[in-house]
Amino acid sequence: MTIELHPLAQFTVERILPLRVGQIDVSFTNAALMMAIIVCLITALIVFGTRRASLVPGRLQSVAEISYEFVADMVESNVGPEGLPYFPFVFSLFMFILFSNLLGLIPYSFTVTGQIIVTFALALTVFIGVTIIGFIKHGLHFLRFFVPEGVPIVLLVILVPIEVLSYFIRPFTLSIRLFANMLAGHTMLGIFAGFAAIIGIFAIFPIAIDVVLLALELLVATLQAYVFAILSCLYLNDAIHMH
Amino acid sequence: MDVASAKLIGAGLACIALVGAGIGIGNVFASLINSLARNPAAQGQVQPFAFLGFALAEATGLFGLAIAFLILFVF
Repeated sequence: MTIELHPLAQFTVERILPLRVGQIDVSFTNAALMMAIIVCLITALIVFGTRRASLVPGRLQSVAEISYEFVADMVESNVGPEGLPYFPFVFSLFMFILFSNLLGLIPYSFTVTGQIIVTFALALTVFIGVTIIGFIKHGLHFLRFFVPEGVPIVLLVILVPIEVLSYFIRPFTLSIRLFANMLAGHTMLGIFAGFAAIIGIFAIFPIAIDVVLLALELLVATLQAYVFAILSCLYLNDAIHMH
Repeated sequence: MDVASAKLIGAGLACIALVGAGIGIGNVFASLINSLARNPAAQGQVQPFAFLGFALAEATGLFGLAIAFLILFVF
């Protein structure tokens, strides 16, 4: 394998299986392969973890149960019992982002959430879904969300545009937060690895820094998945309960 | 000044935003340590907020880093 010294080369999407539908390029890329692997792994975890479920769980069942309970607890405490119908969505979101972040840390693999289009698709889905839920639940009264209670009319003129702007910036901050964390982490790992490749005996120092950075990246991977999921729950709470 | 040099200078300037990230994260964990020192029993309730605050503060700094990469590789 060639040694790529450019730290951003790890994010290039390459075609594994070129396919075309008319004019549209639907090649099977390394990104698509990683996403397929992620979905298979999550499905295998849940299906095999709950097969022959015993009262005292084994290891796999424990992991499946803990992840389920973690997300169910998060949805119920942040959205309330009315949010539980949306639990499958939040669970899928959390597990996909978690697995994608963690599997990206394996050397020579591909970080699916390191592509802005992937994180933006996820964030836009959450944003549009939550807005539609808000309008379905409250009708046009949902627009009162942008008008806080007990504010004098003079301040409303400047406050409502700010509220609207901060509402519409949500999909962008949600997606860029996840994307920038993944990009920055992997780029830093790549930069120090590049140093290690070119300075001979002193490579021990960049490698030691890389070990510490990898530990930090493990924390950031799980934390960013948690933050994405909990912010989705909070936006859902805003839509369902309107403050 | 040619575009390539201007890009490098722009990317370097954009990384000044990470100062805010450092101060913010320090703030969050200082509050966490302070509150746990006063009331160790609150750890289960306070710690999730600490990690959420850390992630959000870090994210704001990384927005600046994203702009730096945008300047370097997109424009």
